Order: sequence, then C-alpha cells, then structure tokens
Amino acid sequence: MNPATAAPPTARSDTRTQTSVTCPFCSLLCDDLEVTNRGGSLGVSAGDCARARAGFEREYTVQPPQIGGRSVSLEEAVAAAVRLLRGARHPLYGGLGTDVAGMRGLLALADKTGGIVDHMLGDSMYRNILAMQDRGWILTTMTEVRNRADVVVFANLDAVSDHPRFFERNIWNADSMFGLPTKSRQVVYLGEGLNTRPGISPDGRKPLHLKNEPERLGELIGALRALLAGQSLQAEAVAGVRVSALMKLLGIMKGAKYGVIIWSPPRLPFASADLIVEAICDLVKELNAQTRFSGFALGGNEGILTAGAVCAWQSGYQLRTDFGAGFPEFDPTRNATARLLENDDVDLLMWTATFLAGHTPPATRAPTILLAPPLPSVDSRCAVYIPVGTPGVDHRGQMCRVDNVVSLPLHQVRESALPSVAGVCDLLLQSL
Amino acid sequence: MLTRLKGGTVYDPMHGVNGEVRDIHVRDGRVVSSPPAGQRIDEEYDLHGKVVMAGAIDPHSHIGGGKVNIARTLLPEDHRPYPVPRTALTRSGTGRAAPSTMTTGYRYAEMGYTAVFEPAMLPANSRQAHMEMADIPIIDKGAYVMLGSDDYLLRMMAAGKTQEEINDYIAYTIVAAQALAVKVVNPGGISAFKFNQRNLDLDEKNSYYGVTPRQILQTLARGVKELGIPHPLHVHGCNLGVPGNMQTTLDTMSGVEGLPVHLTHIQFHSYGTEGDRRFSSGAAQIAEAINRHGHVSADVGQIMFGQTVTASGDNMAQFRNRGIATPNKWVCMDIECDAGCGVVPFRYRDQNFVNALQWAIGLEIFLLVQDPWRVFLTTDHPNGAPFTAYPHLIRLLMDKGFRDASLERLHPEAQAMSTLKSIQREYSLYEIAIMTRAAPSRSLGLSDLGHLGEGAAADITVYTPQDDKERMFERPDYVFKGGTLVARNGRIVKVTDGATHTLRPGFDKAAVKPLREYFDRYHTMRLENFRVSDEEIVNEGRGHVVVNQLRDGSRG
Ligand code: SF4
Ligand SMILES: [Zn+2]
Repeated sequence: MNPATAAPPTARSDTRTQTSVTCPFCSLLCDDLEVTNRGGSLGVSAGDCARARAGFEREYTVQPPQIGGRSVSLEEAVAAAVRLLRGARHPLYGGLGTDVAGMRGLLALADKTGGIVDHMLGDSMYRNILAMQDRGWILTTMTEVRNRADVVVFANLDAVSDHPRFFERNIWNADSMFGLPTKSRQVVYLGEGLNTRPGISPDGRKPLHLKNEPERLGELIGALRALLAGQSLQAEAVAGVRVSALMKLLGIMKGAKYGVIIWSPPRLPFASADLIVEAICDLVKELNAQTRFSGFALGGNEGILTAGAVCAWQSGYQLRTDFGAGFPEFDPTRNATARLLENDDVDLLMWTATFLAGHTPPATRAPTILLAPPLPSVDSRCAVYIPVGTPGVDHRGQMCRVDNVVSLPLHQVRESALPSVAGVCDLLLQSL
Repeated sequence: MLTRLKGGTVYDPMHGVNGEVRDIHVRDGRVVSSPPAGQRIDEEYDLHGKVVMAGAIDPHSHIGGGKVNIARTLLPEDHRPYPVPRTALTRSGTGRAAPSTMTTGYRYAEMGYTAVFEPAMLPANSRQAHMEMADIPIIDKGAYVMLGSDDYLLRMMAAGKTQEEINDYIAYTIVAAQALAVKVVNPGGISAFKFNQRNLDLDEKNSYYGVTPRQILQTLARGVKELGIPHPLHVHGCNLGVPGNMQTTLDTMSGVEGLPVHLTHIQFHSYGTEGDRRFSSGAAQIAEAINRHGHVSADVGQIMFGQTVTASGDNMAQFRNRGIATPNKWVCMDIECDAGCGVVPFRYRDQNFVNALQWAIGLEIFLLVQDPWRVFLTTDHPNGAPFTAYPHLIRLLMDKGFRDASLERLHPEAQAMSTLKSIQREYSLYEIAIMTRAAPSRSLGLSDLGHLGEGAAADITVYTPQDDKERMFERPDYVFKGGTLVARNGRIVKVTDGATHTLRPGFDKAAVKPLREYFDRYHTMRLENFRVSDEEIVNEGRGHVVVNQLRDGSRG
C-alpha cells in the first residue's frame, strides 16, 4: 500500500521485518512498529506494548468456514449467509470491528437488506455522541497534546489500561516544539483507584491526584465550573475532594497556557454519563474565555471510530442507524444492540470482530453470522462462521485514529489465505 | 461507440461559442471532431431547441473531510427531514446542509455538475478527505491542501529559509496529500489562536513565530506561482465576517505584489462599518478593486436564507462566532500542529439586518465585477447555503425582476443600505457558462474539463430553455459524464465513479530528510504513512487519479 514500506513476504518460510507498521489494536494507531514475520507467525520487535503483541501474535491458523459447527467451503458458507440475509426482515450488523473497506461493505449490506448498524462498544461511544450533539465541544489532537500541553488532566482514567503507549507517545515524549520541557508538564488525575505510576515524570515528579469517587466526577466538574464562575461553595468537600483542593486544581487549569482534559467514555460506565461529558466540555469552553484549553476523548478501540466515521459520511448519521425504512433513521436508544436482541426487534445478527480476541457475539435467539479471525472454538449455535483476516495484519486497509482527524494506512504483514471483511461483503452483495 | 448530440444550441466560452446550433460527437468518453459523412452513428440525441453546455464545475464546496463529517455528526436534525431512500440504482442517504456522500454525488450530477472541488483539505486529514470523496459517486473531485498555519511552514519562515526551500515543502505536501491546489485560511491565524491570540490582522505578528499574515500570503502565493501550480493561491483572508474587514481584503489584493491570488467567499470579507448599525456593504469598493487587479479572481460565497451549517478551517473566527450558533452547539478543534477547524450551525434570516445585507452584498459583487472569467458562482457550500441553491442563485443573477422582488421582502434597513436595485445587469447564458464552466476550468488548469472542444472529457449538460431560470438549471434534460448518460430530467439513470484530480510538482528529494526528522521528533505519525498513495484513492478500481499539467515553464 505504501511505497516506503516493504512488500509483504512472498514465501511462508521467509523471515522479514517491516518497519513503520501501523498497529490497529487500539485507537492510537501507533505507526512506528517493527513486525517480524517468521513463516507466518509474527513478532512485534518494537513498540513495547502488550496489547499490540497480543494482537499481532494471535495464532494464525487456516480454518474452514462453518455452518452450524460443520466445516464447509467458502462458497457454501456464503450461500448459507445469503439465504439467511434474504430471509431476514430486520438484520442487525453488530460488532463492526473492521477497517474502512470492511465498514463500507457492511453498510452496503445494511442498506440493501434494511438492517441496523451498531458497534460492540456502542454504549460507551454514545456517552460522547449525545454530549456532542447536545452542546458541541472543543477538542484537540494527539500531536497538539504532545507538543503543546502544559497541563494534562486525566478524568477518571489512567489512559494506559486501554492505550498502553499513551504516556510514552504524548506526555513524556523527549522533544516538543514550543520550548516546553515535557518533563515539566503538570499531570493531574481525577478519581480513586487509578494506576498513576505512568504519570510520574521522567525526573521523578509525582502527579497531582484528587481521589474523587469515580461515579461522582460530574459533581466535581460542576463544582469547578461554579468556582470558575466566581461562585463560592457551601460544602467543604465535593465528591470526596476538599474544596481547597478543587481551588488548587482550578488555579492550575486557569494558569495553563494550553491545558487538556482527557476522558474516556468506556471509563464512565454510569447512568447519564453523557451529562458528565457535557459538563467537561462546558468547563473547557468556559476556560477558553481566558486561556486555551481543549478536551481530548480516549476510548474508540476495536474500530468504533472508523465504523462511526464511515457510517456518518455514507448515511449522514453516526452508528445506531436503521436502514429498515429504505432510508437511514437514527435512534441511539432504540437501535442499541442489547435492546434490539433482548426485544427480538431483529431476526438476524451478523457480527464482525477482527481485532483483539474475546469480542464474541452476544447470546441471542436470532441466528448469527460471524466474521472473525480463526477461533480455537466456535459456538455451535453460530449459524454461519466465516473466518476472516485482521486488517493491518492479513491485508492492508485504512482506519481513523482516536482524535477523529488523522487516519492511517494499515499494512499487510504476512501472506494470508484469509479473506477480508470487505471481500466477504462483496461476495454476499453479488449474490443478494 | 459514436454518439451524436444533434442540433443543440451550444455555449462553450472556452472556444468563444455563444449560442450556436451545432452537433457534438462523443466517442470513448471524449468529444471528437465531426466524423466523415456516411460514418455510422450508434446513438443520437435530438437536441433541437435545447441548451448545451459542458458539465458545470464547482471550484469551492465543502464536500468531504473531517469538518464535514463533524457537521454531519453534530446535526441529525439536518438529516431527519431530508431522507433519501435507496433505489435499485442508488444508495440511501440523508441531508441538506451536510449531506451524506452518495447523496452529494447524485444531487450534483442531477443539477448538471460533473466536477466539484473540496477547498480545505488539512494535510493531517487528507487521507480521510480522500476516503470520503471516494464515496461521492459520478462527479470528478479534487482538493486544495491547506497551508499557512502549519508549524513546519511557520518554523521555516521564522528561521529565514529560502523561497526555494519553502517551495520544496509546498510541492511535497501537494504530492503527499494528493492535492490540486493550495489554500490558505486566516494566514497564521489558526496557529496564533493556539497561542491564545484572538484576532490577527494582516500585519500583526503571530506571537510565537513573529510572522505576519501578509508575509505568509506572499510566501505561499509566490511558491504556488513558482511551482507552476495552475490555480493561484486560494485565499480565505483575515478577519472573516468582521465589520470593516473590507479594508483588509483591499490590502490583501494590493499586498501580494501582483502575484496571482484567488479570494474565496469574498462576500464574507466585504463588510464596511457605515450606518447606525456599523455594518455596511463594501461590495462596490471590492468589485472595483477586482476589476482593477487583473491578478485577482474571486468566488462569492453567496448566502441564502434558511438553516445551514458553517464549517471552516478558521477556528479563530469560528470561536469568535460561537455566540450565533443556531441551534446552540458548536465544535472547534486544534489540529496536529497543522491546522484547525470550527463547525457552527447557523440560520440566515431575511428579517435580520446583517443577514439581509450579506445576501445583497454577495449579489452586488456578482453584478459589479465586470469580468465573469474572474468571479465564480459559489455559496461556499454549506457556509452560505447548500449547493442545491445554485439554480435559485442563477435566477437571481439572470432575472432583475425576480431579484428586485426578492430584495423587497428583506429587512427594510438592509434594502435601504444596498445599491442592488440600481444595478441593471442581468447575466447571459454565455456568462453563466463562463462562471460555472470555462472560468473554473481555466483557473484550476483542468484542460479536459469545462469545455466542449475536441478531446475534452464528454461531461455535457443539456437544458430546456425556460424563462424561469431556476427551473431550467434545477433539472437538466440530460447529463453526460465521460460520455455516459448519468442523469435524465433530474433523475440519476446510471451511477459511475469519477476521477480525483491531482498535481505532481517536483521537489528536491533532499527536502524530505528534514521533514522526516521533524515528523519523527514531533509528530504522532511517520512521514511515509502521512503520504496518501494512489492505490488508496483508486480503491479496488472504483476511482482513478488524474495528474494535471503544471503551467508551462515550471519545474516538475
Ligand atoms: S498503544 Fe495501542 S496502537 Fe500503540 S502499539 Fe499499543 S495497542 Fe497498538
Ligand atoms: Zn469554504
């Protein structure tokens, strides 16, 4: 795909190393990896990240497709899937862990069959989308954080649990562009129970840590907004944090030249968490009356931002869009996977999950078509299983990064007999 | 296969053809010379009494890229009332101000447009812009890459790098981002906003780099000229929307030392401060200056009344405008030490003094600029209005009675402040063909598009002449794209894939090394992954890349 990157190895017995490989296994899409291919099994020899290793080093086997647990040819599996899709009145295209081309294919199917699209992490994504659609926001991107941020507030997250290299790449990077010594960045954590060790600067400076009760983050942000507006608070503590500590934090935030507050929707697993996101975004807007401050949303793993972006440009709406009426209709509450399956509002589930292992389809009364990389065992209740490759491993592709601005090319790092999601969708579309 | 379009009344300004009855022959997607008598004609369209023009070209329309997708996501209410059902032929979609990609392609083609250019592709976002445009069917497309607030350029300027070195960087960026032209938005201002500057006038310094917008304009305009980029530097100037910004715009025209520049959505930059409300039309002065400066072209960015969304790289201006967001929600972003963006939904109201005057100012500029080769028809979609307003806009330009009647419905003080009523001019079909075909084609250097001469791409639009020009231009009888009939009576009859137009200016390979080091040190992406390859655009054969010619005499 890219002239500067070595072509994929041609013989299985080769040992080949590719550089500047993009990692699709979290939404940071680090593209500085070195991947060594020894006869089809892969080693990640740069970018010390357990998550990336788990992804690239997932065992590669060639497995035949299955119908109800029975091995069949690809043609038979496609024919069976086509029969199911034809017979379905209202299919759900779930999972959606794939690349741009795969998502294009799945959307073409959804449009043609009158289906619904939702991602496996849809619940968490909607904490952001609802807030954005209600109020809007001010956001920044990774390279800005890396070079510009002098104050970085982590709201209820440690960042590294879901994005192992976040600090390495964006906080304790060696060089920055505007004369800011990165090790002097002020790191702040909000929330108890976080791994704050990565927040210790290279010269040993400890981060500020306010140990609020995580589910009460919204109250804490509300208190900061009140203090910023010049109001005084009656309480001595908010969400378990003393008001004096909040005043100190607010001073740090107001004093930032370019502050950033980071949250992650999967790390806000609370009812009405969209209101917490809204409060954070309103605080950011208000800080910009005087200084520059931006929000930054982490999360977005398993291809959800790619799926959402492609859905938005092709349909006008984010995920949880229903094509059943012959045109797209958007309803983030009604079109949530769990609700649809529970109420039997859909009569077929086509589940796609090509990145990290473990994202198996939810149990459902509806027959299931599964597109996933080779699995040690496939649930025999799965009506049709078609093994597919992982974009960025078995075939090239494109994905959107966590900041929703940058997208990266994915490279093929081994020769693979596995079809891509896009390829399978093409076969299905041709027969439908 | 040889097709004859027989007996239509042809308007082809590139060849001086002004309403002549002619046959046009098409073979293999191209216009060909008249075949010898007796040659078999495979297919014939009788176009007697019809008006024939090349397919229209929109040189400035925000059709793809991050900020458009932000606008789509932000505004489900823009889409709900405008569902587009799927048909056996076409995909479903939605939307009006920020329509879905397939819908964008269909609507443009149905209106007789066959090439549309996205004017604000951030280098950091170029891959996504191309991915979105790949899903816009039928029409050709291309994009202008945004420079001027990118830290690499500003660092080069602050360090006193030579024009030659800067040209290498511009050329590299055009190639890597697969662009057709270069745009500058609020020169240096998007960067200045990141350093907490809230305004930046033409000669005001960026507080970190000490570089002024005027210096950036001159450097980029000179680079574009020296590299042989056909389209002049595409300039979204300083102080967008600010009363009194007319003076900045006049200074910009005279301040580029005679270098060619294209001033985009100039309506938003043509405001005076006269009258009780300190807001007045600068159209007369701006048009006079355009008439006088042969090196300047402009597109208007006409506003139309109703709901739309403004999407711009100018986050400094958009942040300033946040208070007018309707509905009350907006997005601003700082982007990748490269650029920014701001998305603010807005409703232009005819009973609002400022909006009514904006409408009049746009039309005044259209009518007072004498040379239709230097003023292009745009609404800055969706910033002034959705592109679907073009037929209405054409009627306003061609029909004084309709125009005057429209003016009479507006805010009375705005009427009183406008000279529109005193302007007699009505555009002719020939002039419309210039401003929507020949002029953008020539300005962008698209040698095959925008005309009907031998060898031209057979992108052809056929209309039935009508007194109501809005109806005439809304629904052409036939639209051919590359010789294929794609729309008939305003309905899509075939879906094809258009080309992506690019340029390949040359650059010194030695210039890549410092850029790679810069990426490795400061960026979050490798230089080789930044570069968008042809294969990504071609995308399993769905599209293709056209490399356009540089101007003669340039390196390349
Ligand atoms: S941080 Fe994320 S993208 Fe980077 S190497 Fe690890 S898993 Fe891959
Ligand atoms: Zn524009």
